[in-house]
Amino acid sequence: MAQRNKLWANIDWVAVMLAFGLMILGWINIYAAVYNEDHSSIFDVTQRYGKQLIWIGAAVLLGMVILITDSNFYVFFSWPIYGLVILSLLLVLIAGVEINGSKSWFVIGGDFRLQPAEFAKFATALALAKLLSSYNFKIQKAPSVLLIAGIIGLPPALIMLQPDAGSAIVFVVFFLVLYREGMSGIILFFGLLTILLFLLSLLTENVVLLILLFTGSILAFYVLNPRMKLALSALGLGIGLTLLLQAINLISGNTIDFEWIVLSGTVISMIVFFIYGLKVRMRRAFVIIGIFFAAVLFTYSIDFVFENILQAHQQARINELLGLQSDPLGAGYNVNQSKIAIGSGGFAGKGFLNGTQTKFNFVPEQSTDFIFCTVGEEWGFLGSLVVIGLFLALLVRIINLAERQRSLFSRVYGYSVASILFFHFAVNIGMTIGLMPVIGIPLPFFSYGGSSLWAFTVLLFVFLRLDASRLDRLV
Amino acid sequence: MDINSNRKYLIVSIFVAVSIVLLIRLFYLQVIDNTYKEFATSNVLRKVVQYPARGLIYDRNGELLVYNKAAYDLLVTPREVKAFDTLKFCSLLDITIEEFRLKLKEARAYSPYKPSVLVKQISPEKYAVLQELLYKVQGFYIQSRTLREYPRPMAAHLLGYVGEVNRATIESNPYYESGDYIGISGIEKSYENELRGKKGVKYYMVDVHNRIQGSYLDGEADTTALIGKNLISTLDADLQEYAELLLENKRGSVVAIEPSTGEILVLANSPAYDPNLLVGRERGRNYTVLSEDPVKPLYNRALMAQYPPGSTFKMANALVALQEGVITPSTSYYCAHGYHSGNFTVGCHHDMSFTLEPSIAKSCNAYYVYVFRAILENNKYNSVREGYEAWRRYMLNFGFGRTLNTDLLNELKGLVPTSDYYERFVFRGSRWRALPVVSLSIGQGELGITPLQLANYTAMLANRGHYYIPHVVKEIEGQEIDMRFREPVDSGIDRHHFDPVVEGMAQVMQPGGTGAMSMIPDIEVCGKTGTAQNPHGLDHSVFMAFAPKDRPKIAISVYVENGIWGSTYAAPIASLIVEKYLNDTIATSRLWLESNMLKANLMDPNRVIISNGTEE
Repeated sequence: MAQRNKLWANIDWVAVMLAFGLMILGWINIYAAVYNEDHSSIFDVTQRYGKQLIWIGAAVLLGMVILITDSNFYVFFSWPIYGLVILSLLLVLIAGVEINGSKSWFVIGGDFRLQPAEFAKFATALALAKLLSSYNFKIQKAPSVLLIAGIIGLPPALIMLQPDAGSAIVFVVFFLVLYREGMSGIILFFGLLTILLFLLSLLTENVVLLILLFTGSILAFYVLNPRMKLALSALGLGIGLTLLLQAINLISGNTIDFEWIVLSGTVISMIVFFIYGLKVRMRRAFVIIGIFFAAVLFTYSIDFVFENILQAHQQARINELLGLQSDPLGAGYNVNQSKIAIGSGGFAGKGFLNGTQTKFNFVPEQSTDFIFCTVGEEWGFLGSLVVIGLFLALLVRIINLAERQRSLFSRVYGYSVASILFFHFAVNIGMTIGLMPVIGIPLPFFSYGGSSLWAFTVLLFVFLRLDASRLDRLV
Repeated sequence: MDINSNRKYLIVSIFVAVSIVLLIRLFYLQVIDNTYKEFATSNVLRKVVQYPARGLIYDRNGELLVYNKAAYDLLVTPREVKAFDTLKFCSLLDITIEEFRLKLKEARAYSPYKPSVLVKQISPEKYAVLQELLYKVQGFYIQSRTLREYPRPMAAHLLGYVGEVNRATIESNPYYESGDYIGISGIEKSYENELRGKKGVKYYMVDVHNRIQGSYLDGEADTTALIGKNLISTLDADLQEYAELLLENKRGSVVAIEPSTGEILVLANSPAYDPNLLVGRERGRNYTVLSEDPVKPLYNRALMAQYPPGSTFKMANALVALQEGVITPSTSYYCAHGYHSGNFTVGCHHDMSFTLEPSIAKSCNAYYVYVFRAILENNKYNSVREGYEAWRRYMLNFGFGRTLNTDLLNELKGLVPTSDYYERFVFRGSRWRALPVVSLSIGQGELGITPLQLANYTAMLANRGHYYIPHVVKEIEGQEIDMRFREPVDSGIDRHHFDPVVEGMAQVMQPGGTGAMSMIPDIEVCGKTGTAQNPHGLDHSVFMAFAPKDRPKIAISVYVENGIWGSTYAAPIASLIVEKYLNDTIATSRLWLESNMLKANLMDPNRVIISNGTEE
């Protein structure tokens, strides 16, 4: 009994209440989103709010079960759980039911659906925690890096086969966890640089990007080695060479595209710098030159990937997001309607059940991926502030809890929980207001749906269980 | 703890930074940028205008003259249109596919989100079929409208017509919106505000499929449509129909007024048109045909044609002379086959002297030249010009040379020239004399009197000194008609001066009088024939009369263009209408006259002009 009391006392009730609060707010908004005067009873299980009430009840029960389970269970069964999820991800490709073009769901008994991808994040977090906390594991070693990459990369690779790019892309966020656990900051930097390059390569002409990269490289070189004369002569060489090539091109009948001229000019200049660097033994220049070539290669491969690998709807969504192609009634319809709904909410909102845009189904997927529209429309900026505030509070709380863990396993797991929740939160809300591409991922604890609600409940409560016994042991 | 624990701050910073970015974006969308609120409104609100039925118009005896029938407009919201069987749709609507595409394009250009009218005024029969089709087709709606219908095709000019409101009106009057109907002429126009009622607006909220989901703000912003008010017109439908019948195949008009009230009993024009022609989808085409017709069926002669009044004007001069004291009923002038002064002659047919009463009965021209000279050369005034101005004031009092301020539109002023006019074109600085303007004495020359003015003047004579402003609406459902129609307008002539004049008019209709042929057995009619000189062709036949002599019930003016003498056409027609009105039937002894009038065709280009030699 004393043990039990101690357990309840050690549970972080702040985090529990924050999560529970989000669930309740989510339910209220689901009620408003699908509100129908003929079915106004909140227990009407033919309606989504009725069902969600059952899912929430079940989630609470699930949370309690997790809390009374021995915390060692998750530590010991990390690998089996991971294995089980990998197995189910394989199984869903065979036995799953295709809905909206992806085989992501198990359908049990006709009505009950389960999406294994939702639990893959939890399993991966456990496996990563287990791996990083294993005895004498060094994150910087090459075999370790491969192992980590394998563990994190396997589930999204399987999910991509469904295909469900939205759920797969979430795994990118584990970089944050790895960064916390000692991964080089440069990798994070390159990660961010890659994303930036990706966006820029689609947004601007390659010519502009090449010029930016070239001048950027010289600027970086100047920062590392502040010799004005050298930097200026390097810049002069690049410009001079490019102009010379263009002059020759013009004289010979302007047969070559200007982009190729710029590419030749900058690449040849860089080769010249490389030779010069070899001569004067300037090792730092090699890094910059290396980055330049990698970036150019990356830029050209993005064009290739974008046009040859991405599916049409993904291209359209990316184009829409980047404003390259405005088609408010086509690919941008969801986002446009979503922005209208949120924008029409104003400062204080239209009031509960008074949101016309959401109530009359102008926003698609409004109880699932676009549930934030209802918040924005009916509760206005104030409501948005409260929801974002609650999420941020939960995230910061989890980070603080993670940092107080003595067990490495718990800390890695905690960071994973925070990172996954953060990714969902940022991308989901970001897409409803046109800051992110529309990738169909739910808002944690908020969106309608049993699978995602339970998956996030499991994810969070396992961590809270680990946290509750943080004083018990050291792994 | 461990060396990397500081990295917590970078991670938390990323969380906070992203949250702030989201909040900034939300603040911009929700608080600063208002365009999304407008989009939301246009997304969800559908304004449905409810068009009230226009008021009905009855005649003075409660007979329906104008009522409504249902018609349906087909509206389209281009954004919602999906592919469908266009061919079937078009064949049902009687339009070609090209027309349909063009209209759809125009609608899209106007607004892809708002409904615009695609096809107007679909008949109820077609609507029934169309309705079935519309269940399967998206983006099309039906709006019910009402169209005018006329059970008895008559009084087209008076009733006027209804059409779509024009751009200028939409801009100047916020009540109207594109596609609304408005009275364009006649009663429909002058009583537009009463007849139209009040449009109602209902705001509905619709869902993404444009299905109505309920009323907006629980209907607080809605307004209910108010049905237009019914009007009881002063018109006597049977009499109007009879007048139009008599005018058939002639150019001219008949205006009959009840003298004791100023109520217009008849306002008939010929050529006329069937008011049903200017209704519905065919209106535009029919209007073009009518407006291009050389006989001008759209021309409202009763209010707009300005003829010289001819001899019917003589009583006006007699009254002025009596009032001014320049003659008495027993003053006599000699007619020597006319009036002669040096080389100046006004022809006439008598060789005898006249006092007032016989001068009217026999319509002596010479007598009135003397009278007119006496008025203008009155010593009371310093000059002929001042005498003329005094005379002209009387004319204005009699309702000539100005509009009467009736409830009819397009009423013209007619012409009674100002003294400035004569100064500029006739006297040009020389001394004013009566002779150059003396043709005014017998109602010729620079005079323009509309049939309505002539009828009003007749009513004034019937009332012995005053008239009520003529009007066509007797009652507005639950509302008084304007007070100006209830107050008598004084002529400025003392009542006793009317007795000899009326006596003379009574003699016109007795044996020896110019209108004797049109005598009605048992009704004492007071009338006056006239011939309006027409420089463009045959003279116009003019007649005015009121009856009975005591307590008159009807005052009437008739113009028949190219009918030459008042006694040939205008007087018989007037007498038949008076008889019909007072006796309800035409005496058997006069049926030949009625039949002659009905048969008479003055628009036949091969008509033979038979002069019966009656002089006026």
